[in-house]
Amino acid sequence: TSAVWLAAYGLFALCENSIVLSAAIFITLIGLIVYLHFVKVDQESLLIIGSLGIQVTSSYASGKESTTFIEMSQVKDVVINEAIHMQKVIYYLCILIRDPQDPLGVSEVVPLFQSSKPRLDCLVEVYKSCQEILAQREMAPKSS
Amino acid sequence: MVLKVFFPTCCSSAESGILIGRWISEQNSAVILAVVHFPFIPGQVKQYLSQVQQVTKIKVSVLGSWSNSQQEKEESLSKFLEDLGTIFAHEPWIQISKERDSKFWSCSTLQKESNNSKEEEIILVYYDQRKVMLSQLHPPMDTTTERKADDASKLATVFDTVANSKILFMTDRYDDGPIKLTHWQSDGVEASIIVELLKQASVPACLLLTFLLSLISVVCKNRMLKYWPLSFLWSKLSTCEQLGHRLQHLQIISSSKKAQNQTQLMRKANIFVSLLIDVALGILLMSWLYRKNRIGHLADTLIPVADRVAKELQDLLQWLMGAPAGLKMNRALDQVLGRFFLYHIHLWISYIHLMSPFIEMILWYVGLSTCLGLTVALCILSDIIALLTFHIYCFYVYGARLYCLKVYGLSSLWRLFRGKKWNVLRQRVDSCSYDLDQLFIGTLLFTILLFLLPTTALYYLVFTLLRLLVVVVQGLIHLLVDLIDSLPLYSIILRLCRSYRLAAGVKFRVLEQMHGKPLRLLMQINPLSYGSVVQMYSLPTYSCYPKDSWTSLCKKLFLGELIYPWKHKGEKQD
Repeated sequence: TSAVWLAAYGLFALCENSIVLSAAIFITLIGLIVYLHFVKVDQESLLIIGSLGIQVTSSYASGKESTTFIEMSQVKDVVINEAIHMQKVIYYLCILIRDPQDPLGVSEVVPLFQSSKPRLDCLVEVYKSCQEILAQREMAPKSS
Repeated sequence: MVLKVFFPTCCSSAESGILIGRWISEQNSAVILAVVHFPFIPGQVKQYLSQVQQVTKIKVSVLGSWSNSQQEKEESLSKFLEDLGTIFAHEPWIQISKERDSKFWSCSTLQKESNNSKEEEIILVYYDQRKVMLSQLHPPMDTTTERKADDASKLATVFDTVANSKILFMTDRYDDGPIKLTHWQSDGVEASIIVELLKQASVPACLLLTFLLSLISVVCKNRMLKYWPLSFLWSKLSTCEQLGHRLQHLQIISSSKKAQNQTQLMRKANIFVSLLIDVALGILLMSWLYRKNRIGHLADTLIPVADRVAKELQDLLQWLMGAPAGLKMNRALDQVLGRFFLYHIHLWISYIHLMSPFIEMILWYVGLSTCLGLTVALCILSDIIALLTFHIYCFYVYGARLYCLKVYGLSSLWRLFRGKKWNVLRQRVDSCSYDLDQLFIGTLLFTILLFLLPTTALYYLVFTLLRLLVVVVQGLIHLLVDLIDSLPLYSIILRLCRSYRLAAGVKFRVLEQMHGKPLRLLMQINPLSYGSVVQMYSLPTYSCYPKDSWTSLCKKLFLGELIYPWKHKGEKQD
């Protein structure tokens, strides 16, 4: 895309002034850097530690990493949700956050893997491992 | 349940000894604060710990033992360490040992009264003590509300523990005491000379400032200044508002009571830094203005600019009095309105010419007040614009009133035309039978007003557009002033330089594992994003933006009601 843009700008600006050409190149480069740093996601990962919590990281193409950590006491459950989008049904994995006032209710839903959007078979495997770990925390009784 | 041990990274190279810290039983986790080395007397250690407990109100106790063996494992040492478990009774007794060349530590617990023989799983979490002590978790926990212990966030308790045990970190290894500790400050307590000097100097400075401010506020509250029209003038000039706002800020900073909690401290710091930068920029501006006698140039160009504006207005009126944009005006009304406004402009020009010899001096003295801050300079600019375009404001008011009268008259006569009347009691339109002469005169007046409508409407339109232009320019300046006022510069700089102070949460990284050894994690602080920093710490400003939505604004414009663009907080709503 950047090559196409550069060629287009070059052709357009050659008829006028050379400063316009260099400005166009500059703007395209800046735009590319901004895109890589803020938009393009390289990798998304999920780390579950049974007694501590769930950590979601997404690393961008420029190396920036953004992390969120949710404590285990706030997590109600991890489920696969279905959504109807246009003409197809898509599946996504999400974390249900407990509502502090209402013990049975859900206050927030955090969707995972938004940029990589894995398919159902991948999601089912991740779901099974998550449920194994979450089940352990229900099972262990609180010992003093 | 899984046992979590929070271990400070600075203690990983410490000599063997016993671990002291806090045991949080609800979460089955231990926060280790320091390591006490051999030799020590158990009685003295217990005494020291009870002293610390009294001061910090945190249950600090001996949690376990730590052995850092440079040589091969010694059997006697491990037996000795187990015996220690009987002296300092703590349940469970944690033993961490590290071999010389291996990165992996082994950790085990001793439980005396446990019934289950299952091996407990242990997770070792490393944390940077200094960063955790200084950082503040957002959103801040409300300590006044009643909350159950298991509701509270686990991490908040960990952060709290480390932050409150500052006294424990005050002794370093150069102190001669009965106990030798290792923690992040054991190589020497950190302090900087500049900070200490500033702390000493700030007390008398605060007192002086409070005294000056009380003098100024006494002068301001003087009864003479409250009489109309002076009070009206003060409320209209935005410079006075800005000065009052800054005065309030100064009062907050110079008050002698210490900030209660973190938010108040940050707010004070933000106000201080923002004031400092403001004054610095103002002085810079002032030096630039006075350098090449720019003020003189400014004053010289002011009169010709005002003249030019007046001339443009006169041309505009001449155009309106002719056939503007091809529309045909009612000649008589046109001439009347046009001549009235032209005379007005003539008065204004003579007034400006009268003032012209004094303009330079006034501007010079007014320019001196830019040293109070850049915001004050911008407010003065906005006020000057308002004063210079005062005649546009007058024209707008005249045009609006005329148009408003006309529209009301038209609507009432239209109702008469149809045989209806406005019932004030019932607030609705009722039918009414009019006499013939009433109907005759009413219809006549209605027709006259209707045909005079385009002329008035055109004048109203032109002057409203001009007034809106001036309002937009002034609005932009006010927006800039508000931005400078409310930006939390100190918080942004803190987020840039010491990002661990403002924490939104934590992040964990899994370190290398080996089978059989406990899981090791590194806990780092996840800083707050810039957007939430600005949102959380932005200072409140004194102006509130117009509450009218776009539809009500258009409605007012259509009906000819006057628009007041800004209402300040504290003014009566009418």
